Amino acid sequence: MINEINRRDFLKLAGLGGVVFASGLPGVTLAAGQDDFYFVQLSDTHWGFEGPPNPDAKGTLKKAVAAVNSLERQPDFVMFTGDLTHTTDNPVERRKRLSEFKDIVKELKVKTVRFMPGEHDASLDNGKAFQEFFGATHYTFDHQGVHFIVLDNVSDPRAAIGDEQLKWLAADLKQLKNDAPIVVFTHRPLFDLYPQWDWATRDGAKAVDMLMPYKNVTVFYGHIHQEHHHKTGHIAHHAAKGLMFPLPEAGKAPTRAPIPWDPAQPYKGLGFREVDTDSKTAETKITEFPVVKA
Amino acid sequence: MIFAKKASRIIAAALVATLGSLGAYVVAQSAEPKEKVIKITAKKFNYTPGTVTLKKGVPVILEFRTQDVLMGFNLPDFNARADIVPGKTTRLRLVPDKTGTFVFLCDVFCGTGHEEMNGKLTVVD
Repeated sequence: MINEINRRDFLKLAGLGGVVFASGLPGVTLAAGQDDFYFVQLSDTHWGFEGPPNPDAKGTLKKAVAAVNSLERQPDFVMFTGDLTHTTDNPVERRKRLSEFKDIVKELKVKTVRFMPGEHDASLDNGKAFQEFFGATHYTFDHQGVHFIVLDNVSDPRAAIGDEQLKWLAADLKQLKNDAPIVVFTHRPLFDLYPQWDWATRDGAKAVDMLMPYKNVTVFYGHIHQEHHHKTGHIAHHAAKGLMFPLPEAGKAPTRAPIPWDPAQPYKGLGFREVDTDSKTAETKITEFPVVKA
Repeated sequence: MIFAKKASRIIAAALVATLGSLGAYVVAQSAEPKEKVIKITAKKFNYTPGTVTLKKGVPVILEFRTQDVLMGFNLPDFNARADIVPGKTTRLRLVPDKTGTFVFLCDVFCGTGHEEMNGKLTVVD
């Protein structure tokens, strides 16, 4: 099924977060004749950012939208996993950025586009402005037999999911069979990736513990502006690249400052990945693509 | 009254005995620290002082205040953290059990410069 999408289309996806096929998710077994589906994950667009780490700050998001639109086969939906905008202390400017972002992504041909906040969007006003433009910050939806859960670990500036949302999560999970295919979207990692750079969720372990009894769970998140793959038990966590600037690997630089723009290799560090799995064996294959074809 | 004071000291001593092995814990606001107190002020977007030097094995009380919004202090290598609430003094007892230089950071998103708000703790023998 993956071959039905022209490989060159993927290579046009400079700067996109991730291309995910349903057959690559654990627990998803497609019936004979049932078409596979995939979604695109975009993350950390940081609209409103200006600075040397991205001389094309006003053009990168638009390029990404155009790249998605140029796909021969359109994804079933697009998911933005937070930090749609770059933070500002000015509430008026925050709304201006959210509005501009919304106008730009309206150009996506895909009918279903979903959003969740990052701390840059939501932490200074507990998600108030975000909700004015995009609605709820945590929610669920179902698609082709897969249960999707969007968890908000940023509206609380302390980087917590919070007891109320955790109760909501518990109630939602209670309705599911333990072999149900589940995809979780968060902005921050649910595990302690590198707390020294604030790459963690204070009560993320509680959410992971709740998910642990379920056999087929995959988590996609953003926040760290780079690919990262980690497992807590059987649960895979995949971080997406960002669309504004890459960040260094955890602990590999003195600070978590953006990696400088390299004029010789523009958009370096921005890319996308493909995740697909044999639907019969459930073996997962993850292929990472550079921004520019070598 | 005297009995009440003695009782509270006994309870405090028991808490220290129980929690001391954790390396760090938030001290009640009313506690009267007898150990060395290091005052740290948080404001957008730095700590003053931004570097702190301690001796291994010597307990200290880190005493925090914020000059503006809610801030955090997180010292992950010692599993030590505290919220720094406007209008309140937050005390954190720390017994450094290893030498080296370690990052502490604000882990409560506080504004445009939040991601640069950090400091260094050096522990020497």
